Amino acid sequence: MERFDVIVIGAGVVGSAVARELSRYQLKIGVLEKELDVACGNSSRNTGMLHAGFTYKPGSLKAECAVEGNKEFDQVAAELGVPFRRTGKLVVGFTDQDRENILKYKAIGETNGVEGMRMIGKEEIAAIDPNAGGEFAMYVPSSGILDPMQYTIALAENACRNGAVFRFGQRVTGITRNAVENIYTVETDTDRFEAKWLINCAGMYASQISAMLGYPDYPVKGFKGEYYVLDKKAGAYLSIPVYPAPNEKGGFSTHATPTIDGNVLVGPDSYLTDGLEDYKVTKEHMDGLFADGRKMFKQMKREYFIRNFAGIRWKRYDPETGEILEFKLEADEEHPNTVNLVGIESPGVTCALPLARRAAAKLVEKEHPEKNPDFDPVRPVRKRFYEMNHEERKKAIAENPWYGEIVCRCETVTRAEILAAIHNPLGVHTVTGIKNRTRATMGRCQGGYCETRITEMIEEELGIRPEEVRYSKKDSYMFTGNVRDAR
Amino acid sequence: MREGYEKEGCGMQKADVVIIGGGPAGLAAAIALYKKGVTDIRILEREKKLGGILRQCIHDGFGLTRFGETLSGPEYASRFVRQAEELAIPYMTDTTVLEIEPAAGDMPLHRVYASSAAEGFVEIQAKAVILAMGCRERTRGAISIPGTRPAGVYTAGVAQAYMNLKNKMVGKEVVILGSGDIGMIMARRMTLEGAHVLGVFEIQPYASGLPRNIEQCLNDYQIPLHLSHSVTEIKGVDRLESVVISQVDEKLAPIPGTEKEYPCDTLILSVGLIPENELTWMAGAKQDEGTKGAAVDEYFQTTVPGIFAAGNVLHVHDLVDFVSMEAESLAEGAARYVKEGSLPECRLPVTGDEMVGQLVPERISGQSDVTISFRVRRPLKGCAVEIRQGADVIVKRKLPKALPAEMIQITLKAEQLNDRENLEVKVVC
Repeated sequence: MERFDVIVIGAGVVGSAVARELSRYQLKIGVLEKELDVACGNSSRNTGMLHAGFTYKPGSLKAECAVEGNKEFDQVAAELGVPFRRTGKLVVGFTDQDRENILKYKAIGETNGVEGMRMIGKEEIAAIDPNAGGEFAMYVPSSGILDPMQYTIALAENACRNGAVFRFGQRVTGITRNAVENIYTVETDTDRFEAKWLINCAGMYASQISAMLGYPDYPVKGFKGEYYVLDKKAGAYLSIPVYPAPNEKGGFSTHATPTIDGNVLVGPDSYLTDGLEDYKVTKEHMDGLFADGRKMFKQMKREYFIRNFAGIRWKRYDPETGEILEFKLEADEEHPNTVNLVGIESPGVTCALPLARRAAAKLVEKEHPEKNPDFDPVRPVRKRFYEMNHEERKKAIAENPWYGEIVCRCETVTRAEILAAIHNPLGVHTVTGIKNRTRATMGRCQGGYCETRITEMIEEELGIRPEEVRYSKKDSYMFTGNVRDAR
Repeated sequence: MREGYEKEGCGMQKADVVIIGGGPAGLAAAIALYKKGVTDIRILEREKKLGGILRQCIHDGFGLTRFGETLSGPEYASRFVRQAEELAIPYMTDTTVLEIEPAAGDMPLHRVYASSAAEGFVEIQAKAVILAMGCRERTRGAISIPGTRPAGVYTAGVAQAYMNLKNKMVGKEVVILGSGDIGMIMARRMTLEGAHVLGVFEIQPYASGLPRNIEQCLNDYQIPLHLSHSVTEIKGVDRLESVVISQVDEKLAPIPGTEKEYPCDTLILSVGLIPENELTWMAGAKQDEGTKGAAVDEYFQTTVPGIFAAGNVLHVHDLVDFVSMEAESLAEGAARYVKEGSLPECRLPVTGDEMVGQLVPERISGQSDVTISFRVRRPLKGCAVEIRQGADVIVKRKLPKALPAEMIQITLKAEQLNDRENLEVKVVC
C-alpha cells in the first residue's frame, strides 16, 4: 500500500495542474487515474481554445479564473513548452439581434477584466482574415489556441519532474477515513492507497467522488458536442477562430477553429447525454456539423475529413430551477483535509492553473508545507523535426541519426521523437499515448503508414509481446498474438 | 552512395533523374530509363527494402499480363529488384523525401530533399523527377463511420502489413466493410489463419473489386458478400464489440429498420485508395479534377516541366502489371526530356463524359501514339466507347461488360489523330 501526503483523483488538465502546483512544496503527491494516460476525458475532447472570459457571469469563480488563466498563459506556455498562439478571435454577426448579443457580452467581458475587445467592420474583418464571414464583428485580441493534450501532458510531466507520482489504471471505488490517525484510505479496482489529503479532480466522475468524500452528490447535466477534424489542407484557409454571435445565454453554435498544429476543428454542436463517457459520434450530428460548419467555414469539404470525436461538458445545475451553476471549489472542516472540485467544464483548460492554485492554497494554508527547493517550473522541450528548417534538420540528424528516420509520413515524426515518447517520464505506453505526445497517426492517413512501425517499436523498447500492446484503454488489445509461432 | 558529396555533412548530390518510390512504378521506370541510356539515376525508397506494397501482397495473381505467368507480390517485385541490382542502379532505402523544390529561373535543376538515418539530410539536384509514391487507403475518418473508437478497426492494408510483414494476428471474429480487392484478399487470408469472417459488406449495389477475387477469395470460402449494405455504428469501448449493419437505398442512405448487429472483434475497411500526392503539390504540379492526381500529358509529364508521374500516384490501377507498363512508357518521355531538355508541347485536352472516370492523360499532342486509360463509373452491359476528335469518331470499341473495378486502356496511333482538336471519350449505350 502506497502512502502519500496528498492524493489527487483524476489526471485530466485540472488534476495535472493541481499536482504541478502542489509540487512547489515538499509533499509526497500521488495522482490516481483510471485510464492509462493523462487527458483521456474531456481535457482532450475540446476545441483547444484559450478563452478570454467574456461570456461568464461577472464575479463568478469561472470568470475570475478564465481571465486570470488567459493573462498568464504566454508565460505558462513558455515555461512548459506548450504549443500556443494568441490568435485573437472574431465573433461575427449579421443582424441587429447579433449586434445586441455581441454588445451584451462585450460589456460583460469588460466587467470581467477582458482587455482590448473592440467592434470592427467588414473591411477590418477582411484584413484580419479574408475567409471570415460576417457584416461586423467583435475582435477579441486575448483569445488563443493551444494543444490541450500537450498542455495536460506538460503539466503532468512537470509535476512528475518535481516529485509527483502518477498511478494509471486506478479507478477509485471507495474512500474511508480513519479520524484517529487522520488518514484517508482510497480503494481502487486493483490497489489501495493512503493519504492525509484528498483532492477531487475527477471530471465527469467528480460528483461520485464528491459523494464518497461526504460532500453532496451534485447533480450534473452532460452537454455533449461532436467535432470534425479537417486536414491541414483546410487549415491553410483559416488563421483565426471565427465564432458566430452568441445566443442570449452566452452559448455558441457550431464554429470553425484553426488548431495550433494547422488543422481545423468544426464543432462542437450541443445536445444532452446521460452517459458519463458517451463519446460516440452519430450520423445525425455529423450531418448537422457539415451543414452548419459550411456557414462558418466555406472550405468545409468532405475530402478534408480526417476524424471525428465528441466531448461532454458536465455542468452543475439546480434541480429545482434547472439553472446552470458555475464551478464548485470547496474545502471545509466538516470534510477535513479535502478539496472538492465539481462541475469544472468549459473553459476548464483556461482555468486549470488558477483553479489548481486555489485548490493547493487550501492545503497550504492549513499544513504550511516547506517549499520544494528543487522545484523547477520549466519543462524543456525539443523543437519538433516537423518545424525545423534544413540546417536544423541536418544538425539534429548529425547529433542523433534516428532523427533521420521518418516514422510518420503525414506529420513528419521521426524515430528519435517516437523513442522519446515511448520512454516518456510518466511511463505511458499506449499507442494513443505516443500519438498525443508526437502527433504520429494524427495526419491524413490516420496511421496507415506509421502504426505498424509504432507498435513494433513499443514491443521492442518495452520487451513485450504483441498481445500486450494497448491502443488506448486497459483492454484495448490490438493483436490476439502471432499469426504463426516460430518452431 | 557517397560520391557526389560536395563537402562533409552537406549531403548535396546531383543526378539526371530522381525517382521517388521504389515500388513497382519506380523500379520499372528506373530499369526502362537505364536501358534507354539514362543511367545517372537515384531511387529513393522510404521502406527498408525495395518492392513497395507488393512486399506484403503474398497472394498470387500478379504478372499474368506483364510476364504471362502468375506470381506472388514479392516474386513480381523481385524480378524488378533483381534487374535493378544487376544494372547497379543506385538506390537509397530507409530514405523519406520531405520536399521538392521545382526548378525556377536561376535554378535550372529540381531539388529533392530527403531524410535518412544512414545518410542524414540529403539534397539531390536533378534534371527530372519521377513521382512514383503510390497510394494510401481511405480511412474511417474520411467516410465518417458513426460510433465509438475502440481498438480493432483496421484498414485492409494495415491488417495485411501486420499479418504478412509483422506476423501479428489482428483479430478472430471479423467483419469487412467494402469490397475492394485488398478487403476480399484479407477475408481469405484471415480465414486461412483461423479467423471467422462474418461477411463482406459493400455500400454500392456492385462489388468494387475484381470478379476473380469475389470467386477465389469469397465464394471459395463461403464468405457472404452483401451488396447495398454498410456499417452504421461501431460499438465497444476498449476493443471492438460489434458493428451495426444497415441496408442502404439507391442514394446510399441507410434504410431505417434494416439494422442488424454483428458481434465481432475486428472491422476491416477496404473502402478505397487515394493517390499519395503531397509531394506532387509541393512541387507545384496542377491537379486533374477527374483523377485527383496530377494532370499529365501523353509523356506522363505533369504541368511542371521535368516532373513526371506514373502508377498509383497518378491514378489507382486494378493490376500491378499496368503500373509497371505505365512507368515504362513514362521512361520513354523522361529519357527524351533528359537528353533533349524538353518535350513536344501537348495542347489538346482529353475529356470524358459523365460515365468516364479516372481518365489519363489529361492532354495530348495529337502527333504521337498514345494510350488512353479510364474506368466506367458504374457497371455497364452492351455499351460501347467512342473516342472522338471533333466530328470524327477515331475509335469505337464495344464494351460487352464493363465494371468500375477494371481499368480500360485504348491505344491510339499517331496517324489516327490530328493535332488541332480536343479528344473526347464517350460511352454510348
